[in-house]
Amino acid sequence: MDQSQSKTFDEMWGRDDSLRDAYQTFQTWFSDEDPARLRRKQREAEQIFRLTGITFNVYGETDAAERLIPFDIIPRIIAAREWARLAKGIEQRVRAINAFLHDIYHRQEIVRAGRMPAEMIAKNAAFLPAMIGMTPPGAVYTHIVGIDLVRTGPDEFYVLEDNARTPSGVSYMLENRETMLHMFPELFSQNRVRPVSNYPRMLRRSLAACAPAMTTGTPVVAVLTPGIYNSAYYEHSFLADKMGVELVEGHDLRVVDGRVAMRTTQGYKAIDVLYRRIDDDYLDPLNFNPDSGLGVPGIMDVYRAGGITIANAPGTGIADDKAIYSYMPDIVEFYTGETAILKNVPTWRCSDADSLAHVCDNLADLVVKEVHGSGGYGMLIGPTSSKRELAEFKAKLQKNPHNYIAQPTLALSTVPIFTKAGLAPRHVDLRPFVLCSPAGIEITPGGLTRVALKKGSLVVNSSQGGGTKDTWVLEE
Amino acid sequence: MLGKTAGGLYWMSRYLERSENTARMVEAGLRIALTRAGSADDEWGSVLKTASVLQGYKAKFGAVTKDQAIDWMLRDADNGSSVMSVVEAARNNAKLVRTALTREVWEGVNECWMTLRTALKRPVIERDLPEALALIRQRSAFVRGATAGTMLRNDIYNFSRIGTFVERADNTARILDVKYYVLLPSAMAVGTAVDNVQWESILRSVSAEGGFHMTYGQETRAREIAQFLILDKRMPRSLSFCCDKIRDNLGYLVADYGDRLPCHDMADALGLKFMSHSIDEIFEHGLHEYIQTFLQAVDSLGQQTEIDYRFSV
Repeated sequence: MDQSQSKTFDEMWGRDDSLRDAYQTFQTWFSDEDPARLRRKQREAEQIFRLTGITFNVYGETDAAERLIPFDIIPRIIAAREWARLAKGIEQRVRAINAFLHDIYHRQEIVRAGRMPAEMIAKNAAFLPAMIGMTPPGAVYTHIVGIDLVRTGPDEFYVLEDNARTPSGVSYMLENRETMLHMFPELFSQNRVRPVSNYPRMLRRSLAACAPAMTTGTPVVAVLTPGIYNSAYYEHSFLADKMGVELVEGHDLRVVDGRVAMRTTQGYKAIDVLYRRIDDDYLDPLNFNPDSGLGVPGIMDVYRAGGITIANAPGTGIADDKAIYSYMPDIVEFYTGETAILKNVPTWRCSDADSLAHVCDNLADLVVKEVHGSGGYGMLIGPTSSKRELAEFKAKLQKNPHNYIAQPTLALSTVPIFTKAGLAPRHVDLRPFVLCSPAGIEITPGGLTRVALKKGSLVVNSSQGGGTKDTWVLEE
Repeated sequence: MLGKTAGGLYWMSRYLERSENTARMVEAGLRIALTRAGSADDEWGSVLKTASVLQGYKAKFGAVTKDQAIDWMLRDADNGSSVMSVVEAARNNAKLVRTALTREVWEGVNECWMTLRTALKRPVIERDLPEALALIRQRSAFVRGATAGTMLRNDIYNFSRIGTFVERADNTARILDVKYYVLLPSAMAVGTAVDNVQWESILRSVSAEGGFHMTYGQETRAREIAQFLILDKRMPRSLSFCCDKIRDNLGYLVADYGDRLPCHDMADALGLKFMSHSIDEIFEHGLHEYIQTFLQAVDSLGQQTEIDYRFSV
């Protein structure tokens, strides 16, 4: 490995400080800008976000109940050619995930073929026996998917995780673009950036296309939220608003004449497609968690009888389980007959004794995650942890190895952010949003770029001080 | 529209209206205290009673003092009707019904909450009070302006308006209820200095000094004040005005939805029962009793509306 290879790849300046093509026009603009004006714009962006109420609630912090996700005004720019390859890889992966879900709730061919051990499914907490033998309308399980990608070089992308349950963040993607258009219209006449604003329209069309067979007339779509105190409530109301559909909570719904119906000022009205933003466990107190006040008693029975489409389908969580993740290259190959276009990060399953030994010996170089964790909670980043933290984590790991997977730390790419001292590189990831319906798979160009604002940090999660950027995909 | 959404709009508007009315009552209280006509702390007891927050105050603090009374009405989180509490409640309701609001209305409510949270972060000292009170009224007025200027005249607007006028009718009636005794006809045609201060204070509590004098001239008389605040159809905070608006907005819902429900009959009955008498007849019948029954009737109408339009069940 030569010197330049060991250096972090910056998406604007490459490894050798030479401006990459996609950023040419932007750099010309930026170098002519007065930094004081840009600082003012940065503050203006913050004010826009506060006023619009684009905030999120942080669990466990009562004082700062509502926080802004910091927004950085420097866009992340992806060339058309780079995106074309990514999009192909994403589509392949999402097709495979849907086929995998259909298979494990039916004949389990992948197990019969010896490509995946039976206990990976049978013993998986995210496997939902209620879904066995049932096919959702249009055979679509994951109507909305977010694929988390990281980049390590000009043509090297890895999938960090698949979000197949209820991926969030799309409202930030849309509002980030709106804010940039509002603040820097000139940038968008100088650069040909592919639009993202039709996402809500695509989402509604995609959901409607998955309506159950018994639907008559235009399908009635609704978004189900846990309520205003949920950390992603803003996004739920944003999507309902932009799609022009009702935003409902569990107590607005009940089963009436074999349909799930919402209480309106004029009585109960049946819903055809429910885009739910609550977990499987809370969906139906009669069938799952009996204490749930968020769901609808009996909705699973209506679902199984073909009276409603639930998006995403219950039981899809097993596909974004971090232990299943390690099988993704096999899954893609098994169901598509092709080699996976997007790479997986090499993953050690700690449930395996040899892997566990390896992980324990090399803890300082690895990232260890909980199999069902999310949001950056409960994870260990070896290289930045103290000896004591490593020792404590090792004890946890050995006590409950099934709960963990480990991965090498990747040299994540950087994109510059705007700081008082000018541009400064920070690590980023990317979550493109994918819609599936019987009509096909649609991917919004770009996605949500999350950026670790602290110098050198690899944690991009908003709950841990990460920020976001507008993400551009350039036209051909 | 979801029943929950109708409820959210109704309560958002009620709470916003209450924030403004509470600010006015504090303002009227300050004015009386400054003129020193009578015991200042007694007067704050009466202000707290007007805002229906005296009981909670006494349970927490006991004796009434000016600073504590003002803080209780403006900021105290234990007082569910303090300005800060109701603005927060209004914002939570606005969040709940955000998909039904225009961007302007949502931002108006959100900005109201953001601004007042900063302005009322610490107890407001006396010399900053006028500014803080003006800010509260202004923020509420912004939302009303955005509502009038940007919302479609549909069921969303109607539920929001019904909330506004149910709350306003209730507030004006309470002000009259607490002060009814100073309005009772006395042997003397012109009131004493103390009466005059009290009368001005009532008018000030509903921002009606200007309107009153424009209508009735400079002389302030009890009978005219009662007439103005109860029966005047031009005065936007009078009971009669509120009754008309509630009936109208409920009526638009009938036109929109095609169903006549019990709350519509109650709204008609409210007008017939309370607004078809002259002010002298009302005095003869007993002002206090009249207002008490009015308050009950408005409360029942609000509750019936919640049931008929399925706000929560």
